[in-house]
Amino acid sequence: MSITIALAGNPNCGKTTLFNELTGSKQHVGNWPGVTVDKKEGVYRRNKDVVILDLPGTYSLSPYSQEEIIARDYIVKERPDAVINIVDATNIERNLYLTMQIAETGIPMVIALNMMDEVEARGDKIREKELEKLLGIPVVPIVARSGKGMTELMRAAVDVAKEEAAIRNHVAYPEGLQEGIDEIAAALDGAAKERNWKAIKILEGDEMVLRELDEKTKEELEAIVSQTEEKTEEDLEALIADCKYKYIAKLVKASVKKKHQGHVETRSDKLDKILTNRILALPIFAGIMYLMFGITFGETIFGVIPGVGTWLQGIVCDFWEGPLTDMIMNGLEVAGASGWALSLVGDGILAGLGGVISFLPQILILFLLMSFLEDSGYMARVAFVMDKLFRKFGLSGKSFIPLLMGFGCSVPAMMASRTLENDKDRRMTMMLTPFMSCGAKLPIYLMFAATLFPNGNRTLLLFSIYFLGMAVAVIGGIILSKTMFKGEISNFIMELPQYRIPTLKSVLIHGWEKVKGFAVKAGTVILASTVLIWFLSRFSFRLQYLEEDQLASSIIAKIGNAIRFIFIPLGFGSDWRPIVGTITGFIAKENIVSTFGVLFNAADGIADAAAEGVTALPGIDAVFTQVTAYAYMAFNLLCMPCFAAVGALRKEMGTWKWTFKAIGFQMLVAYVVAFLINMIGGLLF
Amino acid sequence: MTLSELKPGQSGIVKGIGTKGPLKRRIMDMGVTPGTEIKVIKVAPLGDPIEVNIRGYELSLRKNEALQITLA
Repeated sequence: MSITIALAGNPNCGKTTLFNELTGSKQHVGNWPGVTVDKKEGVYRRNKDVVILDLPGTYSLSPYSQEEIIARDYIVKERPDAVINIVDATNIERNLYLTMQIAETGIPMVIALNMMDEVEARGDKIREKELEKLLGIPVVPIVARSGKGMTELMRAAVDVAKEEAAIRNHVAYPEGLQEGIDEIAAALDGAAKERNWKAIKILEGDEMVLRELDEKTKEELEAIVSQTEEKTEEDLEALIADCKYKYIAKLVKASVKKKHQGHVETRSDKLDKILTNRILALPIFAGIMYLMFGITFGETIFGVIPGVGTWLQGIVCDFWEGPLTDMIMNGLEVAGASGWALSLVGDGILAGLGGVISFLPQILILFLLMSFLEDSGYMARVAFVMDKLFRKFGLSGKSFIPLLMGFGCSVPAMMASRTLENDKDRRMTMMLTPFMSCGAKLPIYLMFAATLFPNGNRTLLLFSIYFLGMAVAVIGGIILSKTMFKGEISNFIMELPQYRIPTLKSVLIHGWEKVKGFAVKAGTVILASTVLIWFLSRFSFRLQYLEEDQLASSIIAKIGNAIRFIFIPLGFGSDWRPIVGTITGFIAKENIVSTFGVLFNAADGIADAAAEGVTALPGIDAVFTQVTAYAYMAFNLLCMPCFAAVGALRKEMGTWKWTFKAIGFQMLVAYVVAFLINMIGGLLF
Repeated sequence: MTLSELKPGQSGIVKGIGTKGPLKRRIMDMGVTPGTEIKVIKVAPLGDPIEVNIRGYELSLRKNEALQITLA
């Protein structure tokens, strides 16, 4: 018979490290239905009958953030056979608060006292036997990073899972409150230990427990709640939390011996004196970001060392477009595949998927670096430093990282928005991220700069576009927070964890999970859309396969012609080709360039456009003026991002409703901004 | 007196939390309960949020949240 053991603990308590240590590589990541947070499941590597489940880090079992709701729902509703509660021994008081809440659910549990090496290094002492005796819960000291204490911990966990656990009422509640708990527990159905926990939650005014009751019981119980409130003359929620912490204070007094009393300056505090220093904080942060981007997206770092991400991308692209494509295409030709089949595989599937695959190395590198910064504790400081600025735009300090990453690629940026625990902040961040001009949009600007602005200042043109995106994000943030998200207040109560050097293993596992998630989820969206666009551009309405020079009669050209009137106010609706460019841009934004190349009959591609000027794309000056070209660039910058980004958006938003809201918002903004550019530009030039 | 009035380096004893609902519960979950000592460590470079030490760990919160925490 298999046993399920859940790992629960505060964020930053070493839970993931313990999980990786216990399960080795035998784990898989699954999504919780409807939510974005990952639940990780693995098998104990020394006993295949033991399933280990990693729950999101949580400070309490109150439903505050989405992650906490998940952890709590799992513990309370699924009732695992046992819970291993990981307690950061260096921060034992606050960590034991969750312990007390889990204990009240009556589920068999074991306490894993983690980071005992750090406690010893500080000269403090924790008498775990004393703690165990007082709590009546097995306490096992461990060091998750080095794997110390794992066997003992798992033996204890399996033991408690097999026993029927007794109800443990540790916290001494005042008489009036305890009477209330007993009265409510007596009125509820179900097992005794569940009733006890529910009673406490009802007294705390927990909406999720109250919602499950029928109207009649609810009324009855609410009467008891207000009675209890009168008896104790206190706010019950506060009283219950207070009682727990008072009990913990007693526990700690009896079992922990600290070398120094009060606030002692730690190594973290010393580091913080530099890293969050009034003057140095921002320059240091800018430097770290520059380095991260250089390594991931740059051709070179400081002009000397080649950028790792770009280098790897080159290798992957060369392999994909070279040997792999050749091999498959040759194979098909030998097999006697028809022209359209060759085109479907070559121009459709291989080219489309290649665009996605080429992002994988950069995503991997970026996420390796990001998880390093996150696990080390630095990300929390970034949010701390940037919060004031971002709140002005209706965002939070934690929005900064995703937005910054948007300059590289929206896909990892959307995934990074997961670190925002507040729904409003997270959704707004995702809606605004694509306004940061990503790497794939750069070729579009370069194409126009070369053909229509041959004598203009190129740097200024590019800078103005990037700046436009940022300005629109700021204005968009202010507008969104006053309309769609009006009245939603976000809080910023965040732990600043101790700095720690992350283990290589956990950083690698983190990075790998992100890449795998992207490849599977976005890959399916991309593949489907690629095939669709290929079909639309290679077939006429009579379902006749078209050669490259007949694209004007393709379905997509007809669609472009049919909808181009929408874009007349924006200045580029007089011709169907820009519209088709925008549509193919949804596969990957840089596709706009290759589409223009095909549709404007560029003689030898547009690689040499900079040298040839306007003749590189014959007739482009008949379709665009400089003003309408700028409006077109702005439109493609701001409108719906590529399908890969939409796939990531859908995954992180969790629902189609919010995905469409975000896309609708982006389309509207793009239209309005391009319209204004065309209008104002038309008056000025 | 509230927590927002303390300068870096100063400390006080928590008396109560002024707000209601989820924010109050969150603040208390994080260990800010009556009778606990709380010390302001620093203010962020741009003037907000602040960093405090409570129960032996570092917590950051915005000034308008600190405004809700009254001190004895």
